[in-house]
Amino acid sequence: MNILNELQSRRDIARMGGGQRRIDAQHAKGKLTARERIDLLLDEGSFEEFDMFKAHRCVDFGMQEQTYPGDGVVTGWGTVNGRMVYVYSQDFTVFGGSLSETHAEKICKIMDMAMQNGAPVIGLNDSGGARIQEGVASLAGYAEVFQRNVMASGVVPQISVIMGPCAGGAVYSPAMTDFIFMVKDSSYMFVTGPDVVKTVTNEVVTAEELGGAVTHTKKSSVADGAFENDVEALTEVRRLVDFLPLNNREKPPVRPFFDDPLRVDNSLGTLIPANPNQPYDMKELIHKIADEGDFYEMQEEFAKNILTGFIRMEGSTVGVVANQPTVLAGCLDIDASRKAARFVRFCDAFEIPILTLVDVPGFLPGTGQEYGGVIKHGAKLLFAYGEATVPKVTVITRKAYGGAYDVMASKHLRGDFNYAWPTAEIAVMGAKGATEIIHRADLGDAEKIAQHTKDYEERFANPFVAAEKGFIDEVIMPASTRRRVCRAFASLRGKSLKNPWKKHDNIPL
Amino acid sequence: MFDKILIANRGEIACRVTKTAKAMGIKTVAIYSDADAQALHVKMADEAVHIGPSPANQSYIVIEKVMDAIRQTGAQAVHPGYGFLSENRLFAEALEAEGVAFIGPPASAIESMGDKITSKKLAKEAGVSTVPGYMGLIADADEAVKIAQEVGYPVMLKASAGGGGKGMRIAWNDAEAREGFQSSKNEAASSFGDDRIFIEKFVTQPRHIEIQVLADGHGNCIYLNERECSIQRRNQKVIEEAPSPFLTPEVRKAMGAQSCALAQAVGYTSAGTVEFIVDSAQNFYFLEMNTRLQVEHPVTELITGVDLVEQMIRVANGEALSITQEDVKINGWAMESRLYAEDPYRGFLPSIGRLTRYRPPAESRSATAAVRNDTGVYEGGEISMFYDPMIAKLCTWAPDRPAAIAQMRNALDAFEVEGIGHNIPFLSAVMDHPKFCAGNITTAFIEEEYPDGFHGVDLPQETLKIVGACAAAMYRLGEIRRTKVSGRMDNHERRVRDDWVVGIQGHEFPVTIAADPNGSTVHFESGSHRVASDWTPGKPLALMNVDGIDIALKVEKCTSGFRIRFRGADMRVTVRSPRQAELAKLMIEKVAPDTSKLLLCPMPGLIVKVDVAVGDEVQEGQTLCTVEAMKMENILRAEKKAIVSKIHAAPGDSLAVDAIIMEFE
Repeated sequence: MNILNELQSRRDIARMGGGQRRIDAQHAKGKLTARERIDLLLDEGSFEEFDMFKAHRCVDFGMQEQTYPGDGVVTGWGTVNGRMVYVYSQDFTVFGGSLSETHAEKICKIMDMAMQNGAPVIGLNDSGGARIQEGVASLAGYAEVFQRNVMASGVVPQISVIMGPCAGGAVYSPAMTDFIFMVKDSSYMFVTGPDVVKTVTNEVVTAEELGGAVTHTKKSSVADGAFENDVEALTEVRRLVDFLPLNNREKPPVRPFFDDPLRVDNSLGTLIPANPNQPYDMKELIHKIADEGDFYEMQEEFAKNILTGFIRMEGSTVGVVANQPTVLAGCLDIDASRKAARFVRFCDAFEIPILTLVDVPGFLPGTGQEYGGVIKHGAKLLFAYGEATVPKVTVITRKAYGGAYDVMASKHLRGDFNYAWPTAEIAVMGAKGATEIIHRADLGDAEKIAQHTKDYEERFANPFVAAEKGFIDEVIMPASTRRRVCRAFASLRGKSLKNPWKKHDNIPL
Repeated sequence: MFDKILIANRGEIACRVTKTAKAMGIKTVAIYSDADAQALHVKMADEAVHIGPSPANQSYIVIEKVMDAIRQTGAQAVHPGYGFLSENRLFAEALEAEGVAFIGPPASAIESMGDKITSKKLAKEAGVSTVPGYMGLIADADEAVKIAQEVGYPVMLKASAGGGGKGMRIAWNDAEAREGFQSSKNEAASSFGDDRIFIEKFVTQPRHIEIQVLADGHGNCIYLNERECSIQRRNQKVIEEAPSPFLTPEVRKAMGAQSCALAQAVGYTSAGTVEFIVDSAQNFYFLEMNTRLQVEHPVTELITGVDLVEQMIRVANGEALSITQEDVKINGWAMESRLYAEDPYRGFLPSIGRLTRYRPPAESRSATAAVRNDTGVYEGGEISMFYDPMIAKLCTWAPDRPAAIAQMRNALDAFEVEGIGHNIPFLSAVMDHPKFCAGNITTAFIEEEYPDGFHGVDLPQETLKIVGACAAAMYRLGEIRRTKVSGRMDNHERRVRDDWVVGIQGHEFPVTIAADPNGSTVHFESGSHRVASDWTPGKPLALMNVDGIDIALKVEKCTSGFRIRFRGADMRVTVRSPRQAELAKLMIEKVAPDTSKLLLCPMPGLIVKVDVAVGDEVQEGQTLCTVEAMKMENILRAEKKAIVSKIHAAPGDSLAVDAIIMEFE
């Protein structure tokens, strides 16, 4: 009986983390504790904890006097809607969540198990950084985690939620995971903080400006999304997990759906405006072809000229990449290429089929782009599509001009189904530009140029030239897009395509 | 009968006329501008003729273009709808000259009723009650008092040259008349340099009530009862009904008789409307006569069973009316709500764009209820800036007024319009307004009841619980579906709980859900609600039966719950487990940033001009910058005196709605 009591009392102590005072301080900042967060992330009662009593071994600086069972991180596994995930949740109430050697060991243990058992790893980060008192042992701990992030990449999905500070070397673990989410106003990430920045560069900047959720979702693209508070962030991470396969040996999850795969949407017939220069919102098309209009957008605030995210078709996850004509006419640029390339590679790594919706006038011109290396960044997207072996369905709604046509999951990049709407224009460039090159001699004669432009439009501003060559498999009615795409993916469920053996490719990073 | 008629209009009224023509076996011709190439009225007609660019003054109201379309298609008659050429004498004459029938009154009637002064004079001559008053010169205060006594208090003293309320006084007794005459006179002299004053009866608590008349070319004229159109916003009618909840049968009869007398006095044929202003004692005074089909004619059709468009066509064809005054009855009650593409939360600014979703409630007609929707748009269509912002007229009918209002509440709740701002929440709010429900309305209703504009509705707690019960039942369904995802751990599945906490408009209700195959019983601490529905996750419209009553909710999934729109309220409803609810309480409420020192872009548009520089002190009303949106230049002005501290936008910048243009100190 006594031993049972002792277990209970040890558990009670461990569950108190750094004690009530620090818990209250955490709450006062609108932040939840490590265990409260796990409560929200996992199905109720499903959490199984590891290493609850693990303590640090540091004896320097009087640290032997201060030990807390668990050592500042809660680790274990549980389920999200019945599917297994591994989780670690840093406890800011214990040494500010700082990472010690043993703290790192706990994380490594669950990462190793996640790899072995094929389940995602979700890290809830809230840590002041390295445990300074432990010195190099702490740094070694980070590196052990980093190495596991690398090994797990492409094997099991890794999700990071930044729910407090994440600075210095600590940022590199989330940086190597598949998705990073932040909590607005209470989290920040940077390699060097405002004080060092001021000393070195004389820049005066707040932590929020330097590495807050807004910075990383809009400017740096380090984070894939940001949420209002802890509760919302964890609820939305659960929603994301519903979309993801547990590991790279599994097909994406399927769940019951309440939307007819054959549903026709006549309003899509008028989505493309009569004026070719007038934008329209590509999100409407995504919402109208997805099951139940449900779209989980990634990097919503960054490179808005391209959309990336997950939908379901017939209950099964599909990754969507779509040009967004409302922003920069939907052109490709450095940011859009990087954003989409990384998303395509994630989908390919985890067997998630890719739907590409194309309305792209080309690559953004300018010194800014060329100096910035748009050649190599644009190539990333080209490379990602080219190497992807998952089912690929492409629908060209309007413009597919020039090299950007090739890049956007064209037939030539092993597209499985390449559809075009009747409004599609698949050409080297717009009619005006093409005419001015082909009929350079007539440039002075506005009337002739207008006639040439008209002729060019009639000949090439349509999907039929490409369809005649077989680059477009079928010209489809906009209203039936959902049915056509659903059936296309359904027919690809048995797709088997392998790239030649290589140690790994050499994507233009 | 005509073989083919041309409808010289667009939008819902063109569609409306087409429907009746079709039912009568008459072929229809539509006309359309550039902007309307894909419009519904074009799709519905047998033939369509393009008549020019989008602005109406280059297409729909260019008589010659319409005449060309008539010649081209050989239409034998023209229905003008309302607006555009419907009350244009020249158009009626042009048709007459070419031997084409005008489905409307004779040109002479249009002309005589088209002029306010002439029409009032004619009305008086025909024995129609006009606002009493004295138009002549008033010598002094004594005479003013005498005249005021004759007219009867209250009276309005008005400067002949007046305008904008200057030189205007209301007097309720002799002393006020005396005093008001002097002060009006002084004010008029100083403001307009003209101190002439006249006296008119002041109509208190005015209501707008109009009589529908119908006359043929054989000397027959009947009235089809009245419509009450008091719910107006800036002289734009918003809600109409028939009959009026205010008139006694005697007054109705008197108004009808006078209206017919006027129609006959001016040789009127076809359908027309005589508008009256009615005071709190049921005294009625002639305002004007509209020589066309009124927008709000459906409510009359719903209570009389007469198809006014059919009657207009028959009269134009020379037929005599087949109905007599005795045939005209008042059957039940009809309500009409005008759906405008105007954002009630942004001061009713017109909203244009693509209708990404447009699903009106189903039309129906039974012995106890009817829903009718006259519309000219469709899902995927475009609301353009060129024409009237009205997109539909939603009408309900029931045996009595409360039932017609209840029908309207449900019909508005079930009306799905997305992609543009629209006034459905506002219409819903009025339908629940106690004064409106009591029939206690005047033309000042909106001004008085919504003096600061419309900011949504706070529903009573009992209603919130009904919404909460629906949300909880729907949320539970969604959660159960989530547990059926593939790849789960056998025997260790998630069990969806029965107890939840519903958060709605600042309230928290712990609930327990007992589900069975036919629905759910949602228990609150105070009692329970029975919810039955065929709703499945993802459906944007939830048709629910709560405690035996059918309701409709607009539902949109969001984190931990739904955005629900119901009865004019736009709410975020959360459904959380007790643990989630407990932890959610620890979250810090984030205050919306203070935008009072910012100039935000009110609509997506292009900055054309910035008129101020950093450091400038601007006065209230001063022009700050110009934003071009859909080819319209909108001038943004300073709301108060301020100093410009930062300018974020330059000419040529394309801004999203709520983008910061400049900041003030």
